[in-house]
Amino acid sequence: MRPLTEAALAEAVASATSPLLVRGGGTRVLGHAMGEVLETGGLTGVELYEPGALTLVLRAGTPLGEVEGLLARENQRLAFEPPDLRALLGREGTSTIGGVVATNASGPRRVQSGACRDSLLGVRFVDGTGAVVKNGGRVMKNVTGYDLVKLMAGSRGTLGVLTEVSLKVQAMPQAEATLIVEGLGEEAGLAALRQALGSPFDISGAARHSGRSLVRVEGMAGSVAYRAGQLRDRLAGTVIVAEGPDSAALWREVRDVAPFAAKPGDVWRIATLPTEAAKIVAQTEGEAVWDWAGGLIWLRADPGQRATVIAAVAGRGHATLVRGEGGPVFPVEAAEVAALGAGLRAKFDPRGILNQGVAG
Amino acid sequence: MDMPLPDHAILSAKARIIARLRAALPADAVIDDPAMLRAYECDALTAYRCPPLAAVLPRTTAEVAAVLRICHAEGVPVVPRGSGTSLAGGAMPSADSVILGVARMNAVLETDYDNRCIKVQSGRTNLSVSGAVEAEGFFYAPDPSSQLACAIAGNIAMNSGGAHCLKYGVTTNNLLGVTLVKMDGTVVTLGGPWGEPSGLDLLGVVCGSEGQLGVVTEAWLRILPKPEGARPILVGFAANEVAGACVADIIKAGILPVAIEFMDRMLISVCEDFAHAGYPDCEALLIIEVEGSAVEIEEQLAAIKAIAARHNPVALVEAADDAQARRIWLGRKSAFSAIGKISDYMCLDGTIPVSSLPYVLRRIGELSVQYGLAVGNVFHAGDGNMHPLILYDANKPGDLETCERMGADILRLCVEVGGCLTGEHGVGIEKRDLMGVQYAPADLEAQLRVKDVFDPKWLLNPAKVFPLAVTETRRAG
Repeated sequence: MRPLTEAALAEAVASATSPLLVRGGGTRVLGHAMGEVLETGGLTGVELYEPGALTLVLRAGTPLGEVEGLLARENQRLAFEPPDLRALLGREGTSTIGGVVATNASGPRRVQSGACRDSLLGVRFVDGTGAVVKNGGRVMKNVTGYDLVKLMAGSRGTLGVLTEVSLKVQAMPQAEATLIVEGLGEEAGLAALRQALGSPFDISGAARHSGRSLVRVEGMAGSVAYRAGQLRDRLAGTVIVAEGPDSAALWREVRDVAPFAAKPGDVWRIATLPTEAAKIVAQTEGEAVWDWAGGLIWLRADPGQRATVIAAVAGRGHATLVRGEGGPVFPVEAAEVAALGAGLRAKFDPRGILNQGVAG
Repeated sequence: MDMPLPDHAILSAKARIIARLRAALPADAVIDDPAMLRAYECDALTAYRCPPLAAVLPRTTAEVAAVLRICHAEGVPVVPRGSGTSLAGGAMPSADSVILGVARMNAVLETDYDNRCIKVQSGRTNLSVSGAVEAEGFFYAPDPSSQLACAIAGNIAMNSGGAHCLKYGVTTNNLLGVTLVKMDGTVVTLGGPWGEPSGLDLLGVVCGSEGQLGVVTEAWLRILPKPEGARPILVGFAANEVAGACVADIIKAGILPVAIEFMDRMLISVCEDFAHAGYPDCEALLIIEVEGSAVEIEEQLAAIKAIAARHNPVALVEAADDAQARRIWLGRKSAFSAIGKISDYMCLDGTIPVSSLPYVLRRIGELSVQYGLAVGNVFHAGDGNMHPLILYDANKPGDLETCERMGADILRLCVEVGGCLTGEHGVGIEKRDLMGVQYAPADLEAQLRVKDVFDPKWLLNPAKVFPLAVTETRRAG
């Protein structure tokens, strides 16, 4: 099914008699939901774009590429830098903004500008009964009633089908620079990232892979030059500075986990404390792309190491197997937390027809 | 403003309920003396008052859980309270409710500079969180005007903002995890210092739920390294509309100051008398603050001044030194109390799209004439969060009611232009009955279902946020 309006989508959900697999572009979905495919790709278009108010309201099926193009023409962008995981996950198709929101897809700039959920101002969605619900709006600050906007971000279509999203956007900076730090081992290379994030120099990226640590600053030209200079003086190791498009290319690699795209093995996405990151990876004998100074680990490991990975992360964060035979494997939540999640799903989707099996 | 009639079964069981609370808590943690309970009869929305059945002041999560288990078993409503600074009546009790105050839970539990986070008990005041990490060069970003007094628990309940959230976001953007006690006494950990949900973003919906989903006893908060420096400038304009247009131009140019605050003539004069900050004498004033090193500050101010110059400013004052910068902020942050010295007032909190600023200011001026009540405007212009202050005389019969009708009209105006009823203060009892202006029945029903899951008996802060008629059957159990 590929409804062209919110009303038609609501009718499709209300009249469904069997499970539905909700799909934007199918580029990020994890899991094996059974059921009839309900595509949101028919709901496209810009509802409102006010560059002067940094506000963008879109129908959920609008392709991400179109959104980014539209913003670029006004010298603006999405602050949260959503990853393109097609190469990593072996997917084809066109990513939609609804899919980005439904998976809370957030890239390197999260350390500075927050995740997708932090840029999300409002949503409209169709719940599992077919009712149309709106929450939040188009303004920057809104505490009117409960924040279902955050709840919907990352809910993977299990509470409702997004039909419209409202986003806060960001002006493109005048300049960007990346300090590339070489010659440090994993421990020291990650410590350098934490040191940078703890400095007053307003870091917008802190990542490490392939033996190099990367620290990004963005902003007005004079400010970028100043901060890059200050960081260069303070960081250990050999420091090279990349600017402009060269810097941007480095961050697309991190964002999309490009180093693992052509390599075999399980890929895990691990959220942890930056100071725990090196220990976790050492225990698993895997290879890591570290983002958020180590707070996010993309781990490539042998399939035989699954129990080891889960044990290494226990009590220090959580791990999701995003690529690998028989996957995905979602984190196991504490019983009382899982009960709240199950309770919400039962309320929003009482018939249990939405995306069963695509979340933990 | 209506509240449900108190439950007589609870009132008549008062002695038993208090005895059970006393048995579970240290002797000094249960208050039932009528004189002492007066301290809990209202929050900062002082127009409405009602002493509670009792107040409890636990010191630990276990004691909070014990209180909630007893109240859950007895069917007694519980009203959580941080420091009682809510402007929306979020902590106002009913006669049949127990106030659960977290003020004694104010410890720092863990400080982790390497991972840039701090774990505190929720009764700790906002400013003292920054105070705890200041020596290491860090701060906690959300800065509500009441930050000297307000508690993190209340900040989480209301998803509080502040003047500097233009750059740093509001509470929900700086909150990593909580320990939450549900109404049935179950202790739940949501999120954690890593700040990434492992499933549904339950932390995201707890933040801003106005104490209706659980009692937060501990919180992991993001702390940030302090910028090298900061400097506010004052730009005065001949008209409100011109100041509004200047704000839109700054944002459109891609400059992100940490704060852009707006004051109109009334507020400029009142705050200047209060703080002697050197505010210029003009119709409208912007306080624009930028951060960074000296060279970065100069770079940003040069760009801002160039934009301001296109709007024919009547005054442009840079803070000469730190002392003047502090006075400039003291004046702004004291705006409500400075107005409070000259009149009774009602403070609104609607948010509008920045582009609607000139239109909305003009309409507020017209409503002021229509209702015959003066209005002062002070607000966070960068994000469209308005704070119109309506002046009235509490001793004049009917004046409060007139003020409330005018306030409702202003909030309807905010929704009409694409905004919302409240940007950072919360709904509480104050805006409860206007929720239908912003949300359709299905939108409200979706929110009520969340409470059904966390608090199926509807005992936590039950008569708030939603119109009473909408929640009646649920509250009746």
